[in-house]
Amino acid sequence: MSKIVRTVANQLILFVVIFGLYVIIQGHVTPGGGFQGGAIIASGAVLLIVASGSQEIKTWLRERRLSVVESSGALLFILLAFAGIGTVFFFNFLVGSRLFGGIPSVGPNPGDVWTGGVIPLMNLGVGLKVMAGLSAVVLALALFSGGEELEE
Amino acid sequence: MIHSLPGNFPFVAAVVLLGIGLYILIFRRNLIKIVMGIAILGSSINLFLITLGYRIDGDAPIYTEVPSELMVLPVVQALTLTNIVIGVATSALILSLVIRIYRHTGTLDSVKSRRMKG
Amino acid sequence: MSTLIAHSSILIIAVTLATAFLTPLVGIASKRARNTLIVLALAFVAFLVVALARDVMLNQIHVYTLGAAAPDLTIPGGAIVPVRIILEVDGLSAFMGIVIAIVSLVAVIYSMSALKTETGQNGFYTLLLLMAAGMFGMVFTGDLFNLFVFLEITSISGAALIAFRTKFADSQEGGFKYIVVSAVASLMILFAIGLLYSQYNLLNIGALAATMEYTMLDRIALVILMSAFVMKLGGVPLHMWLSDTYSVAPASIPALLIVASQASLYALLRTSFTLYGVTLDQSVAGWIIIIVGLLSMFVGVTMAILQTDITRLIAYNCVCESGFMLVGLGVGLAVLADPGALDAFGTMAMNGAVFHMINHALFEGLLFLVAGAIFYRIGTRDLNQMCGLGHTMKLTSVLFLLGALASAGIPPFNGFASKILIYESVYQFNPILTMIGILVSILTLAVFMKVFFSAFTGASLPRYRDVREVPRPMVAAMIVLAAGIIFFGLFPGLVLDWIVQPATDALVNQGAYIDAIMGAVP
Repeated sequence: MSKIVRTVANQLILFVVIFGLYVIIQGHVTPGGGFQGGAIIASGAVLLIVASGSQEIKTWLRERRLSVVESSGALLFILLAFAGIGTVFFFNFLVGSRLFGGIPSVGPNPGDVWTGGVIPLMNLGVGLKVMAGLSAVVLALALFSGGEELEE
Repeated sequence: MIHSLPGNFPFVAAVVLLGIGLYILIFRRNLIKIVMGIAILGSSINLFLITLGYRIDGDAPIYTEVPSELMVLPVVQALTLTNIVIGVATSALILSLVIRIYRHTGTLDSVKSRRMKG
Repeated sequence: MSTLIAHSSILIIAVTLATAFLTPLVGIASKRARNTLIVLALAFVAFLVVALARDVMLNQIHVYTLGAAAPDLTIPGGAIVPVRIILEVDGLSAFMGIVIAIVSLVAVIYSMSALKTETGQNGFYTLLLLMAAGMFGMVFTGDLFNLFVFLEITSISGAALIAFRTKFADSQEGGFKYIVVSAVASLMILFAIGLLYSQYNLLNIGALAATMEYTMLDRIALVILMSAFVMKLGGVPLHMWLSDTYSVAPASIPALLIVASQASLYALLRTSFTLYGVTLDQSVAGWIIIIVGLLSMFVGVTMAILQTDITRLIAYNCVCESGFMLVGLGVGLAVLADPGALDAFGTMAMNGAVFHMINHALFEGLLFLVAGAIFYRIGTRDLNQMCGLGHTMKLTSVLFLLGALASAGIPPFNGFASKILIYESVYQFNPILTMIGILVSILTLAVFMKVFFSAFTGASLPRYRDVREVPRPMVAAMIVLAAGIIFFGLFPGLVLDWIVQPATDALVNQGAYIDAIMGAVP
């Protein structure tokens, strides 16, 4: 693609990532969540691949790095679930604490982000996993169609 | 039965999509079209689930800044979202397999690319 | 210890999942550490499964409510139906858990040396553990939608494992077929779940069974569920994909795929016995399962005769053996409403079928591992190119013979112990079924003798002169399965009392399954 497209895409990616993070963090009070936000960030990867070509992207967006981020996201999710095992697996132990500890009122409310206990953190874990996973999928398909394999 | 037809249109559409998806899966030979058939089948199930939870004049089931308390059913939406996520994973895997089959055999025709018989 | 057992059902799933995601992280640092981690984690899981199974079979059904204030709080205050995801482990689930734990541990140990030289091992073990976690989830869950999700986890990771060897065109084709079949089957299952949910607003199996009214829509949902699960387990009108996928997967994977099929069989039993249970028109449903089973036995064995590829031959034998289980269970289902017949032979038929499930996993798993060992050494699966392998691979040939005899139902191996139960009980239901079964067993023996004599005996070919026995971990994995075959064959009474009878009791006793969930309702 032309230099203009590449420059604009490089600037735009910042906003895409911020919007994706917003959707992830607000996931428990507004539409959205880990998968949706992660998919938005991964669409930023699509933008970069379209603008600069998969050859250039693969020099820094490596499969191994993505795999590490993906596994860490999944582990974060499972560890948060494990942390509740004092009562029951998946128990929401953060409710009432300083971190996301609020309890939203039943019925229409303004949507306080500092609620939900472990749910926003789990959204973050899912978001990391989906972001890395979908970016890896897109990159792999882009490289495949050019007749290449992923590096091991 | 006839008088309730307009309200049932989404169900009819879901069944039609189901039929189209199954038709493609059974009668089409192109591997990419088979992938599309599965995606259509998935969409028909999603439409069916969403329609199950729909209430006339219902709002999205989110309490933040909600105008009224008449809402559509959220459980089926959660099921649909899960199915969409699974659908993404399935499509990605199946497309990568199709690319590899194409690279090995040089064709997307399921009859010509077939290696195993009997 | 009691705390550990109370949480064990979720720990089994969660530890497997966590290990799956730890594998790539540890694998970057050190291969040896990764392999040790996987084996230790699976051994711990196997220990938990045994502890849980012992508790379930001695005491009561094990219920675990995720995220509630207490594990057994299925119905929180103010609600009248169960909320949250609920795991429910009864005798049958625990039985399946044992099968999965044994086979996945064996498959991992075998893969450690069989895949030593291949690339992408981190991904391989991640997928393998994901598949094990999916199967554990399928058999432990008490929630229909959760069952669907775990079924998808199992089938997606299974398809990726089948296509693991990307350099072969036919393994890509096998993976494609598996994922297409699985995707269609699981979408139809979701459709049926939607039909049930639209009427009862419930997803929990126990709660659904308690409120089931057996309307027209329920019947449609039952037909869809049954055909989808029969498709996933490879029953005969829908078996075409099975031989193409089992034969091209890396050696240890077919053993796991068999267990995945059996998890689908478990789901079929759960829906027909527990979900629909006494409200079902049993003799019709039972006869449908019997006919599917008979067709599977017959088509499986006749197709096996024709094969020249050793793994395809074993795959068709799998179709044939699952027919035996279906016949036994179908007879049990057909007489479920008739206590006299149930006592006389129904329970015995189901005992035989359930016993055959674990035996099937052991001997077919062993046969596939032996076929993988041959492929590992000589690089072909074509029977026409094998000759005289028994001269150099003595242990492997003995193990193959053991698996083959067990599969054909020859005493004193485990296949005989379960098949004799099926023969005796089914004879009282309908003698023709038993005759067909014995005929099929004889044909199975003929098929395997053909393979044995052409591949392992005869003159040793010059090009196979320096073929050696396979590495020790592979032999160890095969010997574990072989020891199981001999032990189960010599002491069938022990196994029947310990694990099979509780599983069958759980299958018949629909009320206990419902009460474990709905017990809190006044």
